[in-house]
Amino acid sequence: MNKDGLVVLATVIQQYHAELLDGWLQRMLTGAIRRDKTAENELSQQASQFLPLLVKAIEGGSTDSIDGANWDDVRHLLTEFSAARVRQGFSPIETASFVFSLKEPIFAYLRVAMASEPLRLIEETAATSSLFDRLGLFTIEVYQKTREQIIFRQQQELLELSTPVVQLWKDVLALPLIGTLDSARTQVVMESLLQKIVETGALIAIIDITGVPTVDTLVAQHLLKTIAAARLMGADCIISGIRPQIAQTIVHLGVNLEDVLTKATLADAFVIALKRTGSSIHHPQREG
Amino acid sequence: MERIPILKMGRLLLVTIQVDMHDRLAMTLQDDLMARIVKENAKGVLIDISALDIVDSFIGRMISNTAGMAKILDAQTVLVGMQPAVAMTLVELGLTLPGVSTALDVERGIKLLQASLE
Repeated sequence: MNKDGLVVLATVIQQYHAELLDGWLQRMLTGAIRRDKTAENELSQQASQFLPLLVKAIEGGSTDSIDGANWDDVRHLLTEFSAARVRQGFSPIETASFVFSLKEPIFAYLRVAMASEPLRLIEETAATSSLFDRLGLFTIEVYQKTREQIIFRQQQELLELSTPVVQLWKDVLALPLIGTLDSARTQVVMESLLQKIVETGALIAIIDITGVPTVDTLVAQHLLKTIAAARLMGADCIISGIRPQIAQTIVHLGVNLEDVLTKATLADAFVIALKRTGSSIHHPQREG
Repeated sequence: MERIPILKMGRLLLVTIQVDMHDRLAMTLQDDLMARIVKENAKGVLIDISALDIVDSFIGRMISNTAGMAKILDAQTVLVGMQPAVAMTLVELGLTLPGVSTALDVERGIKLLQASLE
């Protein structure tokens, strides 16, 4: 890429700083779907920060890629900008147009500055265009990454939300499972169950799978693992909440649940658990 | 040489493992334990591993084997105090120790053994 070409770009940005900023903001605001005063102020502030950083980066060294140290500040600004836009609920197009809408005004002033040299103007325009493409793609990439981080965090939160271990009675725990059991969730479920067994000294844990939509061989294996781990800690497990379809599936799949105590409802399991721990419930009014 | 002490409580033998188990120590413990079961005519063995943070496949199998051997010598084995992390590791290793009784702590383990002796 021709080096002195982009030096022209740098001087053009410096020379027509105010005009560029004006044209740029104009373009961004006409394209914008939502308009309000604070957003406009913020945008013009970010735009006026961006131009000097861009000049510094171009003068600082290579413009073939934007991975170099001279582009650190520009990348930092774009990263912050993109991340903020994700949180504010902008679309990727709206985010990337921040960089892309600078193209047109810059091309206009390049034409003014290099009117006498059409050949160099073409080269310069192409180089500038590809530079802005890279910057635009960078904002999209950051946008994507930030989105993924948010999704990941939500997954984590969901994981913790969906695995409560509750104490039903002295020495009796219940683990109402909701949603599909995969390896990662089994790990969390197992950890919280075993931890709770240590904390409460429970003898029996009831695993209620009413909220588990399907039970395949893998889910069954995960359940058996959890039960085996609880047994190693000295606590017995009862599986409850098995719906008729699931009972059929388990048998059709040939899953062996014979070593595990299973009950149709949580109530049945609870009665067994009380009997094993030596507690019982009386109904005085019925007896009388 | 380092040895793990074996305590006698009535007709029960109590072993609490307080140090990191290495393979030789485990084998010595197994030998000692079998000798003591015969000598004291013990009917129950309680192994407390609450101080162990790591149990590898060798130690896991050793515990399983010990329970099997004790059974032949007419003594029931109860394993107590396993840490949650250890339980998860053993399950991942496929060592679910099917022949071994378990309890949460020493108190419950002794209760379990006494109940089976009566």
